[in-house]
Amino acid sequence: MIQMTAEAAEATRTEPVVQMSGVSVSFPGVKALQSVGLTLRPGEVHALMGENGAGKSTLIKALTGVYSIDEGTIIVGGEPRTFHSPAESQAAGISTVYQEVNLCTNLTVAENMLLGREPRSFGRIDTRAMNRRAGETLTRLGLDIDPKSQLGTHPIAIQQLVAIARAVDIDAELLILDEPTSSLDADEVAKLFEVMRTLRAEGVAIVFVSHFLEQVFAISDRMTVLRNGQFVGEYLTAETTQLQLVQAMIGRELETLEKIEQAAEEHTVKTQGAPLMEVIDLGRKGSVESVDLQLFEGEVIGIAGLLGSGRTELARLLFGADTPDHGDMRMRSKGTKLRTPRQAIDHKIAFSSENRRSEGVIADLSIADNMVLAMQASRGWLRPIPARTKDRLVRKYIEALDIRPADPNALMRNLSGGNQQKVLLARWLITEPELLILDEPTRGIDIGAKAQIQQLVADLSKDGMSVVFISAELEEVLRLSDRLVVMRDRRKIDERANEDVTVSDVLEIIAGEVRNDA
Amino acid sequence: MTTVISPPESPAGSPAPRASRGFTFPTRFLPVIATIALFIAMFGVGSFRYEGFSSPQTLLSVLVDNSHLIVLAVGMTFVILTGGIDLSVGSVVALSTMIAAETLRAGWAAPLVIVTVLLTGSVLGLLMGLVIHYFEIQPFIVTLAGMFLARGLCYVISLESIPIKNETFTSFASGTIEIGDYFITPSVIVALVVLVIAAVVLHMTRFGRTVYAVGGSEQSALLMGLAVARTKVGVYVISGFCSALAGLLFSIYTLSGYNLGAVGMELDAIAAVVIGGTLLTGGSGLVLGSAVGVLVLGLIQSFISFDGTLSSWWTKITIGVLLLVFVLIQRLFTRRTT
Ligand SMILES: Nc1ncnc2c1ncn2[C@@H]1O[C@H](COP(=O)(O)OP(=O)(O)OP(=O)(O)O)[C@@H](O)[C@H]1O
Ligand SMILES: [Mg+2]
Repeated sequence: MIQMTAEAAEATRTEPVVQMSGVSVSFPGVKALQSVGLTLRPGEVHALMGENGAGKSTLIKALTGVYSIDEGTIIVGGEPRTFHSPAESQAAGISTVYQEVNLCTNLTVAENMLLGREPRSFGRIDTRAMNRRAGETLTRLGLDIDPKSQLGTHPIAIQQLVAIARAVDIDAELLILDEPTSSLDADEVAKLFEVMRTLRAEGVAIVFVSHFLEQVFAISDRMTVLRNGQFVGEYLTAETTQLQLVQAMIGRELETLEKIEQAAEEHTVKTQGAPLMEVIDLGRKGSVESVDLQLFEGEVIGIAGLLGSGRTELARLLFGADTPDHGDMRMRSKGTKLRTPRQAIDHKIAFSSENRRSEGVIADLSIADNMVLAMQASRGWLRPIPARTKDRLVRKYIEALDIRPADPNALMRNLSGGNQQKVLLARWLITEPELLILDEPTRGIDIGAKAQIQQLVADLSKDGMSVVFISAELEEVLRLSDRLVVMRDRRKIDERANEDVTVSDVLEIIAGEVRNDA
Repeated sequence: MTTVISPPESPAGSPAPRASRGFTFPTRFLPVIATIALFIAMFGVGSFRYEGFSSPQTLLSVLVDNSHLIVLAVGMTFVILTGGIDLSVGSVVALSTMIAAETLRAGWAAPLVIVTVLLTGSVLGLLMGLVIHYFEIQPFIVTLAGMFLARGLCYVISLESIPIKNETFTSFASGTIEIGDYFITPSVIVALVVLVIAAVVLHMTRFGRTVYAVGGSEQSALLMGLAVARTKVGVYVISGFCSALAGLLFSIYTLSGYNLGAVGMELDAIAAVVIGGTLLTGGSGLVLGSAVGVLVLGLIQSFISFDGTLSSWWTKITIGVLLLVFVLIQRLFTRRTT
């Protein structure tokens, strides 16, 4: 940074780092942005808000040169600029974490963090210096990750943190974070916010996108709201309530949301008769230790626990995605062994995984084709789904999950991140299983759609489907589940009926274990 | 995807570590180590079965006979690491021998000939790279076209084979470098120098890192602001250059330009790269592996010649089996990650 006088510093402070005005971007058949403006000031966290498909990611990519704009102006540092590639915008001091985690799993953590900016001596990459520098940045973020380890060996949350670390390490005037917190737990979010505050104090402008309203209100100074590719308004966070924000985002009343909350909160005890699934002493070395669990028909079991507590691992065991080392499993009182997901699907179990985006998006197929994939697989490839049935089901779920565009033939690659998530969720819902395992089903999904998904889960369980519901958001778990299982350190530490359990109760259960351990 | 070992299991009760430590070294080198082990095992079996096989000269002769293939495999490794493929290399080798032989016959000076050949190969690579990147056409198709084009050009130059009588070339061909009681040729030195330079470029330069990044995920590399276009085109230029250089070595080896020569050599190069542990999907592998892969192929040939009773078709059969085995091994490695 160049040394400057206080007055000069004050003057630059008021001048925006980036000013976009009248920006329009269109894709064949879609006007993704229509005359949108965005002003980013130094030393401010600016939240970019809007529903799934509102155009947030498109606006970011229009700025950083991934997409070219049809009209409008972009002023960076006082000069009109048009970037033709992410490399150019990065060179101009804009550092970006895109919504799709954009790293190379075949390289190490350090290499990923410093790709393109590796420290060199005599033209050669200085690997030792590179690892050291990466290590320092990771430590600054409070992360205990070995910089020399291969990125692909880490879970998605760590990869997301590494992507953030990479962006933070670039000496940027503008830091853009497109849904950086979607797979992070509360602790990690807190650390990220700390770093963001430090950078803000240093005068960096930050763009923050998230569907978690609490986070937005906790960190942002200003917000720009988009709806259907149009600019709705710019607001000061301190002068805006959550209600006003949500109304600006969805442009309709909140009644729908409230109705759903009521519907979902009627928990009933359904532990009569033989359980649909029962596992005894089920475990796998290094993943989950001996778990006993009973699942009854029409019951929603919520699994709570911190990241890495074994909640995802348990789901994978129940689905046969990992093979247990020990323990028994019974389906409708019959001994069953699930060694592959295929067998689980034959037993009418469906599993929507937390990384469904990287595991499941087939970008060049349509929404409809992506949706019926699991259903087709379970029928066998020789029995095609009748066109009429397929059409009906696809339309039903497009409507139920409010997928946009609501066109069954739209290509998956052209959908916004959140809408892709919804299609993948529909892929499993459409198989109409007896047991549905949902790992982070509402990740990256806007509040309106979140409520719709919660409603759908509640409805399905009323119709007799059993659901295992895993989410980092405790409120959501508590709202939906009839019974609650708490995991910690890869063990089940508590199970109770979800009657008047509060978020702080759950946190205490988790924390209590910590104290006992110590 | 690459080969990955699952993190060490945590002792029961304690929280599993979120980060696995210190496992990158063996993982990345594992396929190469497997190839080296295979090579040593083959050498052991040969020494046991055939008299005289155990002489270091057997190994050195493998190098002598295959120096051009090493150069070719090095270039191919760059391309495959980005997830591409270059089918044109065999034809470019043939074309290079033809250009060299024809221009030498026309009385050009040897250095000028060498520069011309290397330039031609590089420009061909550049053109293919540009088409692949900017028109977004599969490398398979573009380099297939390049293969036909280069082969066709051979016939434009001459319909029959042209002997090389130039002094520089012949003296280079008959030159040997003594190592104790054994010898290698200058071509071997050229191949080894190319190998070392390639390793340095791949592992110690930003270009090299970008090659791996593009192979890992081109989309990510682009969003990270890396020079994807330059890198993708660059690897085809390198492959073109290496093919031309291999062509020069080959013309010295055979002392002729032959338009039907080097047929199928691109497949030998690809086989060597794959046996050397490089993933065809890109992003993982080492040039050293490709060189050892060439040696493995060469050693199979030594087996055939030492045995005397085996038909040379056994070479093809063995290469086929080996290739399959190595691809299966790689498959198993990548399975473990998911
Ligand atoms: N490459 C593309 N081709 C065609 N349409 C596209 C393309 N990228 C985005 N769109 C469309 O543009 C609109 C805006 O998408 P965008 O990704 O910006 O949404 P978003 O606000 O980031 O949503 P989310 O919260 O789900 O990430 C959507 O309707 C989407 O379908
Ligand atoms: Mg988005």
